[in-house]
Amino acid sequence: MPDMTTMQTTNGAEPMIRLQELTKVFPGQKNPAVESLDMDIPAGEIVILVGPSGCGKTTTMRLINRLIEPTSGHIILEGEDVTKVNPDKLRRRIGYVIQQVGLFPHQTIADNIATVPKMLGWDSKRIRARVDELLALVGLDPSQYRNRYPKQLSGGQRQRAGVARALSADPPVMLMDEPFGAIDPITRDRLQNEFLRLQETIRKTIVFVTHDIDEAIKMGDRIAILREGSRIAQYDTPARILSAPADDFVADFVGHGASLKRLNLSRVRDVELVDWPTAGLESSPAEVLAALRGSDKGAVLILDGGRRPTRWVTGRELGRADQPIAELGHPAEAIVQRHTTLGDALNEMLTSRVGCAIVVDESGAYLGTVDFATVSAEIQTMRQDARDRSRAEADEIHGSSARNG
Amino acid sequence: MDAFLAYLAAQGDRLFASTLEHATIVLISVALATVIGVTIGVLTYRTGAPRRMALRVTGIFLTIPSFALFGLLVPFLGLGTTPAIVALVMYGLLPIVRNTIVGLRSVDPAVVESAQGMGMGRYRRLLRIELPLSWPVIITGVRVAAVITVGIAAIAAVVNGPGLGKDIFRALARFGSPNSVPQVLSAILGIIIIAITIDLVFVLIARFTTSRGIRA
Ligand SMILES: Nc1ncnc2c1ncn2[C@@H]1O[C@H](COP(=O)(O)OP(=O)(O)O)[C@@H](O)[C@H]1O
Ligand SMILES: [Mg+2]
Repeated sequence: MPDMTTMQTTNGAEPMIRLQELTKVFPGQKNPAVESLDMDIPAGEIVILVGPSGCGKTTTMRLINRLIEPTSGHIILEGEDVTKVNPDKLRRRIGYVIQQVGLFPHQTIADNIATVPKMLGWDSKRIRARVDELLALVGLDPSQYRNRYPKQLSGGQRQRAGVARALSADPPVMLMDEPFGAIDPITRDRLQNEFLRLQETIRKTIVFVTHDIDEAIKMGDRIAILREGSRIAQYDTPARILSAPADDFVADFVGHGASLKRLNLSRVRDVELVDWPTAGLESSPAEVLAALRGSDKGAVLILDGGRRPTRWVTGRELGRADQPIAELGHPAEAIVQRHTTLGDALNEMLTSRVGCAIVVDESGAYLGTVDFATVSAEIQTMRQDARDRSRAEADEIHGSSARNG
Repeated sequence: MDAFLAYLAAQGDRLFASTLEHATIVLISVALATVIGVTIGVLTYRTGAPRRMALRVTGIFLTIPSFALFGLLVPFLGLGTTPAIVALVMYGLLPIVRNTIVGLRSVDPAVVESAQGMGMGRYRRLLRIELPLSWPVIITGVRVAAVITVGIAAIAAVVNGPGLGKDIFRALARFGSPNSVPQVLSAILGIIIIAITIDLVFVLIARFTTSRGIRA
């Protein structure tokens, strides 16, 4: 769960990227597309730029790697003013992923990924090793995909290859412009989850553009809600954007159902798992029955040799059991992982006949379950937190008495 | 028909030499037209006015009657191979310039943007990304240019240029005499063979020089 106490500004550590009074006026236009933008992007975080279409998100992102040259203002990267440095050299330090991916269709996936390392003059052995490492990292089997051409990949696989290509020379910063915007919802959800897991290992500083507030809440450590001219309406953690929108514009943009959205701030690993009785595939009906009797639940979860959930069996089904366990009951569905958000787990739960989502580890082995009661309790806790916080803030404002709340 | 075969048997060696000459002048002209045409295309494809200018001028070249063009060049270049090649290059330019421009302009902007975003400079982008991606279209233009010039090269004989045109003009000059018809026919046969061969060769070149990733 993101740290609820993190405040608007990053105190202490130097930001990875600092934008200073960054302004872009396109020739022949009266209003700036980006107007005097000041923003700090802390190292190792995913910062989301979100806002209505045409508010200047893409322009802001392209100013950072100078695909668009600023009219005025400065871009500071790792403490260095890069507003005037050689743009090609700058771009090799910044990964760039766009919605259309833009893989080179005439090159193999390996050659695509090798683009920047080749320009940096790496030797071919190092490049080959790096390509395979990256393919594996984004979940594409190197032996199967390295020699394929982009047209031989699905949309989701192309997006992964695009991420691998952007990571190739291990840049500290990645810019991603609606990277999952053109992907079907189910694949998008998977790619988002994979990307979050990837980020846990790579810890890049990521500027991520989207127009989808749900994606922003799911992906962001911090969210900048932008209005026309790339002016910041609120720059804050997802939790605070949801619980304390700065003004009506933000509240409108976040929309209704904020408490349901907040469920996407908590992950399965943040809550206590509920145990269900389990039994092995080889167990006798009597053993399964014993497991059932020893608990207050109405069903037993059958696990295979690798402790992976396979079926649910209820007491009634056991009663008329002359079949093997493997054929009793119904398949175990609604399987989630520890990094799944509670919102997604809730969705899964709704499809489960038993009314809970089964939690498994990376190898698919059973850990426990999440049920409605857990989710409901979590919503209560979040509400209480939000109330406590806004009361504390109100006290603070009255205490300082300098501002009118 | 017998007369034709007899002519071929008697003049075969000389005909073969003329055919080679003809093919050579076509290939030289097309090679030059390719270098010049692709360069013009690369220099003009991004900006509207120069682009339209390039297409209009090379388009006008193609509309000048070939007799007239060959004749016009003589005062400047004299007789022989040089005016022949210059005229053929002029005729070959339009399809090459046009296809280069069309090819470069049809490269997916997202591909170019991602190349630029990774720090590929202007030249690298052109050489590694844009030209390879437009190559199938460009090579088709070159093929069209080659086929056009095979026919026109026959007219090069008016400026004393090399090739099968000489046979045609010589035969026409003494039309009615024995062998004049077989001589014209054999020259035309040679031209057709060259045209078909060039066409096939270019289809093969296009196939083997186009990346598997963008082959249809
Ligand atoms: N290359 C450009 N030339 C002129 N105007 C542009 C250009 N790119 C963007 N704009 C304008 O700048 C504004 C912001 O666009 P953009 O950054 O693409 O918005 P967003 O990504 O938030 O949808 C829009 O009004 C758009 O028309
Ligand atoms: Mg955009």
